[in-house]
Amino acid sequence: MTQSAQAAMAGAPLLDGTPGVIADWSSDQSAFKKTPWGKVMMWIFLLSDTFIFSCFLIAYGTVRMSTTIPWPNPSEVFALNIGGNHVPLLLIAIMTFVLITSSGTMALAVNFGYRKNRMVTFWLLLATALLGATFVGMQAFEWTKLIVDEGVRPWGNPMGAPQFGAIFFMVTGFHGTHVSIGVIFLFIMAFKVLRGKMDREEPGFMTGRKQDYGMIEIMGLYWHFVDLVWVFIFAVFYLW
Amino acid sequence: MTSSEGQQHPLGIYFKIWTLLFVLSAFSYMVDYFQFEGYLRWFLIIVFMMLKAGLIVAVFMHMMWERMALVYTIIVPPLLLLVFLGIGTLEGDHTFLTRMIFFGGAE
Repeated sequence: MTQSAQAAMAGAPLLDGTPGVIADWSSDQSAFKKTPWGKVMMWIFLLSDTFIFSCFLIAYGTVRMSTTIPWPNPSEVFALNIGGNHVPLLLIAIMTFVLITSSGTMALAVNFGYRKNRMVTFWLLLATALLGATFVGMQAFEWTKLIVDEGVRPWGNPMGAPQFGAIFFMVTGFHGTHVSIGVIFLFIMAFKVLRGKMDREEPGFMTGRKQDYGMIEIMGLYWHFVDLVWVFIFAVFYLW
Repeated sequence: MTSSEGQQHPLGIYFKIWTLLFVLSAFSYMVDYFQFEGYLRWFLIIVFMMLKAGLIVAVFMHMMWERMALVYTIIVPPLLLLVFLGIGTLEGDHTFLTRMIFFGGAE
């Protein structure tokens, strides 16, 4: 900034009342240098989402600590029988590995996006979306098994504390919704890349702003966050 | 966003962290598979959880390469959740004790 511009800013009269609020907030000061605003906004959203998931998990902890009826053993509830062998928590372990694999392909997609390698970015985004869809599919299988075979309901279950169902469906349901929304946006982003929208910097159909490969990194932040939440759910819900 | 400066890093670090996340996930699963109990179980669960979370945020989400202003904006507020966690624990224990006293632990 030149000295004259600084002097002009220092000397400018400050407005009061509502116009002052608007003028202050829109005075074009940037706190986050060298960071695109879209990325900052995604981080702020993820911060708020962190609080939502934390509320769920802390509520779960409180409920589980306060019940006098034994909590159903997740290791047993989510076990699978493979060829007559009883393997504890197998389905959840596979889901964890699927989600981590998708996080890896997403990280690579961001990297190849910045290299402006259109086709590799497309295939990596598509792989991420398909792995995410696989995760949701396995979750649907898990829910079906629990509801139909084991008789788990939000208000009770045959294995123990009735709160188990309410907490389980709420926490995994909210996470599964995040994954599903992520999958939809991954497909949209993959086809945007395939059509070369980022290379030509075409305006987006909703925002009208120029599109670039930075969008892939923002998409990636959301996707890694979904994986991050699963790390916590896996640890405190399934392993406790 | 046309003036955005992309986060560009060598591919090697992603593959290393990816492998590490796989190994840590396998360790977490082993905690259940071998049925560790008590404080050892809790210790291992929390350690593997925090390591995985840290690696994802630092490397995959590029936090270690961001400017400090953004890092603090995102990392500091969730620390308040520890207070909330403490309140939740007190509340849970209190409810448990009152239930034991008034319902005798039967229901």
